[in-house]
Amino acid sequence: MQNNIFKINETEYILPGSRACQGCGLTLAYRYMLKALRENTVLTIPASCLCVLHGLYPITPVTVPCLNTTFASTAASASGIAAGLAAMNKSDITVVAMAGDGSTYDMGIQALSGAAERNTDFIYVCYDNEGYMNTGTQRSSATPMGALTSTTPILTKEHAKKDFVRIMEAHELPYLATTSPSYPIDLYDKFVKAKRIKGTRYMHIYSPCPPGWVFNTKDTIRIGQLAVETGIVVLFEIEDGKFRFTGRSKTLAERGKRQPVVNYVSRQGRFRRMSIEQLNRLQAWVDSRWADYLDRAEG
Amino acid sequence: MADVRILTGNEAAAMGVKLCRPGVVAAYPITPQSQLAEILSRYVEGGEMRAEYVRVEGEHSALTVCISASTVGARTFTATSSNGLLYMHEQLHWTAGSRLPVVMCVVNRGVGAPWSIFNDQQDSLAQRDTGWIQFYCRNNQEIIDTLIQAYRIAESLYIPVMVCYDGFVLSHTMMPVDIPDGDMVRGFLPPYKAHTILSPEAPRTINSVLFPWRRPDPDGVLRDGYMEMRYKLEAAMKKALPAIQEASDDFARIFGRDHGGLIWTYRSEGAELLFSGIGSIANEATVAADLLRDEGIPAGVLGVRVYRPFPRERLIEAAQGARAVMVLQKGTSYGYEGCLTSDVKASLYESTLRVPVVDVVAGLGGRDVKAREIADAGRRAWKELEEGKLKNHSLWLNCYTGEDDAE
Repeated sequence: MQNNIFKINETEYILPGSRACQGCGLTLAYRYMLKALRENTVLTIPASCLCVLHGLYPITPVTVPCLNTTFASTAASASGIAAGLAAMNKSDITVVAMAGDGSTYDMGIQALSGAAERNTDFIYVCYDNEGYMNTGTQRSSATPMGALTSTTPILTKEHAKKDFVRIMEAHELPYLATTSPSYPIDLYDKFVKAKRIKGTRYMHIYSPCPPGWVFNTKDTIRIGQLAVETGIVVLFEIEDGKFRFTGRSKTLAERGKRQPVVNYVSRQGRFRRMSIEQLNRLQAWVDSRWADYLDRAEG
Repeated sequence: MADVRILTGNEAAAMGVKLCRPGVVAAYPITPQSQLAEILSRYVEGGEMRAEYVRVEGEHSALTVCISASTVGARTFTATSSNGLLYMHEQLHWTAGSRLPVVMCVVNRGVGAPWSIFNDQQDSLAQRDTGWIQFYCRNNQEIIDTLIQAYRIAESLYIPVMVCYDGFVLSHTMMPVDIPDGDMVRGFLPPYKAHTILSPEAPRTINSVLFPWRRPDPDGVLRDGYMEMRYKLEAAMKKALPAIQEASDDFARIFGRDHGGLIWTYRSEGAELLFSGIGSIANEATVAADLLRDEGIPAGVLGVRVYRPFPRERLIEAAQGARAVMVLQKGTSYGYEGCLTSDVKASLYESTLRVPVVDVVAGLGGRDVKAREIADAGRRAWKELEEGKLKNHSLWLNCYTGEDDAE
């Protein structure tokens, strides 16, 4: 099969008229994700940027059925949909819960951990724009160290970003993958694969956010690429415990050279107060994690 | 032939749930509800009940599972107590706002802090404004019968229902219970039909963001705003009053047991001193009424079976002839008075009846309330009434307040 953009499902599941911001990384990722999941999918989402994207009643641009739920309950809502469908003897529907990093890393972690421990048959998607962007770019536990947010407005965020994928990996899931809208084919392939697998699947989308990260809306793709080029974001999948680099991260691991993180950081206004010491800590953290991944990589 | 068994309240509730055949059960253990969750899991694992049992990691998720399962068309059940119910609070509003007929047992228990595992009704009374119908049961027979009625009422009006019963007083106390026949229950309770189904066959976004005003859809048809949707919930609650009575009357006709619909009365004929209350404390008041009647004091009881929607008209009718009302409740609204007291007073304001109403807060955190003690309070009130001295006032029964004149 051809491995280029032409293999991607041509049907659009987001029609014109979404309420997302200009240059929104989430919207791009969501578009390719829905193309990969196709029909016979139901979604559940919390209050979020994604909820805003879905529009104001009674009009929505999204053609996939979607149930809104409260902030802490996304994964529990998916558990309920899965249980309800099982009770109604409907076994061919893909259940997808999708939430931002605030709802995933912070308030929703309990429900997600519970659903994952029960190996609930659903795909959980975290689109990680590294803060509470919908409510005005406040700090979340996914915000990187050194970033200005509206609740770390002067001193920048003191603490490092939580390594959430590692937390999810500890649940021994059948499939986890990281993705970026800057690499749509990689993202598409992973969702196609995830759809075929049963049990709890965890998908992470690093989602550049122009207003929250303070860069020009034309640079969304470039920022996403720089995240991968510097190793801030690593594209991989873990299938039945086996770690594998994918896409651009794979070529970087095999023969490339990572760029220094300063190339990523210096392009975003949110890091304008980052100290040299913080920058060095970030570089050291990225290097150390990269070394761990290289040790684990299998083929 | 009648199938009568000796059951605890939790066992009776579990039997009632099984008879109603929910497709999805989700529950998290909490004293004194736990036994109910355990029995249901045994039914499901043992093949006696065909349901998906989701062993969630907390009550917030328990109710969420019911909400979402109900949205795809499944009948659902959950149960909780005390802080578990408080933990669900956000989702209680969400259930009612979504117009989903979830049925839940609340095994009433005091709320922390400080911790108490024992019975009062503060947990569910504090949820009265969440848009749920609330039933309060007096005995284990009423628990099983009310569950069956609850599903029919919930699913005909798309309003969630709490079936509340007192922790330990009922949940762990054995009583004879007549188990309704499964086929008769199926005749009484038609299958659940969701008002809106989350399904790829008819894609839609459910519960999306609304602005304050009404807004046209793509065909130009003006659709509800937030306030219209909320008004529809209120309108359905108003319809619930006759619907509950009708379901109760139908149930009585088919199964031969009448728990009174919205309210129940005991020796209320000619009663001049009327006790009013909810759940087992009102039941205790019937014994107090007997004691007082033996002494020549014309006492009776007006039990509130359904607390929301509030049966104001029925209450006014039943209170005619009363010269004083004592409202007994295991909970209060701090800084004011017991919420049932406020509701009784507000109801009387809609009538011509102007009588003293005594607010009695009793039995918090499992503090024993004996019929004799209710009778003592009633006797004192009666004496003051006869002396023309009885006024509206509040008292905490059996509570050491540190005041010299406290009894």
